[in-house]
Amino acid sequence: MTTAGLIFANIHDNTIPELTRTRSMASVPFGARYRLIDFMLSNMVNSGITKVGIIANNNYESLLDHLGTGKDWDLARRSGGIKILPPHITSFDNTTTGISSSRLEAIIGAANFINRCKEDYLVMADCDVICNIDLTKAIAAHDKSGADITFVTQTKDLAGVVSAEKITVIDADEEGRVTEFSEKKVFEGKTRVYTNIMIVKRTYLVSIMENSMAHGYTRFLHDILSRSIGTADYRIYEYDGFYGSINSMETYFSCSMQILEPKVRENLFGKKNYPVLTKVRNSAPTRYCDGAKVTNSVIADGCVIEGTVENSIIFRGVHVCPGAVVKNSILFQDTYVCSNATLNCVIADKNVMVREGRVLSGHETMPFFIGKCITV
Amino acid sequence: MFKKKECVAMLLAGGQGSRLYALTTKTAKPAVQFGGKYRIIDFPLSNCINSGIDTVGVLTQYQPLVLNEYIGNGQPWDLDRVWGGVTVLPPYQGQKSADWYKGTANAIYQNMKFINRYDTEHVVILSGDHIYKMDYAKMLAYHKEKNADCTIAVIEVPLEEASRFGIMSAYEDGTIYKFSEKPKNPDSTKASMGIYIFRRDKLEKYLTEDDADPNSSNDFGKNIIPNMLAAGERMFAYAFEGYWKDVGTISSLWEANMDLLGKKPVLDLSSRDWKIYSRHSAQGPQFVGSDAKIENCYITEGCEIYGSVKNCVIGAGVKIEAGAYVEDCVLMGDMTIESGADVRYSIIDAGVSIGANAKVGAPRESAKGVTVIGEGVEIKSGAVVEDGAMMSDSN
Repeated sequence: MTTAGLIFANIHDNTIPELTRTRSMASVPFGARYRLIDFMLSNMVNSGITKVGIIANNNYESLLDHLGTGKDWDLARRSGGIKILPPHITSFDNTTTGISSSRLEAIIGAANFINRCKEDYLVMADCDVICNIDLTKAIAAHDKSGADITFVTQTKDLAGVVSAEKITVIDADEEGRVTEFSEKKVFEGKTRVYTNIMIVKRTYLVSIMENSMAHGYTRFLHDILSRSIGTADYRIYEYDGFYGSINSMETYFSCSMQILEPKVRENLFGKKNYPVLTKVRNSAPTRYCDGAKVTNSVIADGCVIEGTVENSIIFRGVHVCPGAVVKNSILFQDTYVCSNATLNCVIADKNVMVREGRVLSGHETMPFFIGKCITV
Repeated sequence: MFKKKECVAMLLAGGQGSRLYALTTKTAKPAVQFGGKYRIIDFPLSNCINSGIDTVGVLTQYQPLVLNEYIGNGQPWDLDRVWGGVTVLPPYQGQKSADWYKGTANAIYQNMKFINRYDTEHVVILSGDHIYKMDYAKMLAYHKEKNADCTIAVIEVPLEEASRFGIMSAYEDGTIYKFSEKPKNPDSTKASMGIYIFRRDKLEKYLTEDDADPNSSNDFGKNIIPNMLAAGERMFAYAFEGYWKDVGTISSLWEANMDLLGKKPVLDLSSRDWKIYSRHSAQGPQFVGSDAKIENCYITEGCEIYGSVKNCVIGAGVKIEAGAYVEDCVLMGDMTIESGADVRYSIIDAGVSIGANAKVGAPRESAKGVTVIGEGVEIKSGAVVEDGAMMSDSN
């Protein structure tokens, strides 16, 4: 039994346009020193998957820069390793047709990769799934059941939640066979949510691709999955560890802030033998100077802290000058906060400069966003 | 595969570092951790790659396991190369003899074959026990400009400390006319930094002669340099200005770590033009708890700080529980300091555990010396470790 991986790098790009203006969803910074794709990529590597296709559709310069040869994930391999799958744009065709607009089109665009794989199974996942999951267990369950597809799900109490984007919900019978797929925005009570990780028999995926091309199907969930319940063997695999997904700036903010909770940090970063890997930047350790007052914050290396930081996520190379106060904020790489500036519920993109004495504030539900390289 | 290289570097990393006591019972000195996320050898290796030297031989001998593992294929320093890169050179058994490295000069002599493969013009000799950032390319340019047979990097030291070093006396133009190892009455303040550049042919000549001399101690400072000087070779002193520290003793290692602290640290590693690279351990970001108090510290990824820390350098994966107090310490990494523990003026190696309410060391003003706890030692709850003590795991 062998398994390869496939990650969708541009999925949900349009849900956080502020952060994806200059990058793909996969390379959106998260958790003080990571990019979103690090989580799924590390999950695959930690589960023994050494061939991973990454479907990059557009705006993927920063993703290429981040991934490099795949060295930092131990995926710079002679055989297998990282395969970046850019859109097919030929000099003959209408050049826009190579860019996929749906998941199914993206899969078909990766047909070469999928067809050439010799692996029995593929783990297909979105780039914005934030979790530290041992996929070997899910793959073992999939193998044992002989299912065509196993969907990784998580049952959550979502009473009263109104989501900005549709969330896929899966109903299953007692044996774990899928009975219904639905997409919802408003929730009541316990809901089994699809985590956007699936394990699929490769030969079955190939047959889906052929079938879709023959019938002109474009939508994976509606045209393929929903129609095949009853004929295909679909199962669920319930995962109960931390699972975060992002579908708006508000959820980006709340999901980021969750890593201030010890249990979440333990679950994401504290698992022995399951490290979250990322591009190494070789920053020096963080220097806390006299006058630094830091509480309840997650801080990366390479920072200089001379001011106050509270309930915040601080990325690599951030400088907080004396007298500056940073509260409930997320400061990306190399943000410079000058003295006596005050930030509250701010998300500052890379290389932002906040000048002396500026006072900026957003709200938990509407964080104040400062774009890349902007000086305030 | 070998391409001609103008210059290769040979890094002497076989020393035991016996004056670091508990820190070097299991590892060679160059592999001793420094500055939170580094090991001493990261400095010469990073200097090499930053200076454009991409072929480095590392001579190992004493306790090489950790060092060999750490260097690996040289990837963290960009020294995993098709042509050149880093090569670990342990002592070996030859057809005629099998020898340990008898001294620094002998170690290089036994590896002349490695140097000659690259058909190199010059050889840089470095040692693995100094903390500094230096552009060897500038020194090489000086060496070539002077058409020197040997160039020795020197640094100005205070006259009263000069008797601890190898002291060079040189004319205005840099020509060395006298060398004295640890002189009682020094007549110069130019101390040798243990960094040499030799013309390859001269190096080979003097190493071969040295090997034939049964009375030689096969050492660069004691034999090769004086012999070359006596023979009237062109020898020049290259003046280096900047931070340089021999971290061969517990107190100098502690001081060098403390030089990383402050608003304008004496030793600043944050420069992006001269990065110090290290093999990193893929830990999560650091977390500072709600009741934590951090004053003047240098902290690495993977740490969780809930207690109070002051004037400390803290390596990856250190957990300081609420109610613990740590002051003037170097914590190398992967340890837990439990609640109520009081740790002062100490160097604590990786993998140590310090139990609740344990007391280690004494405040710096009153302590007899730095307290040192070696790798893997367990300090039980409520235990007291006296100031100046050296503890190591007997296994």
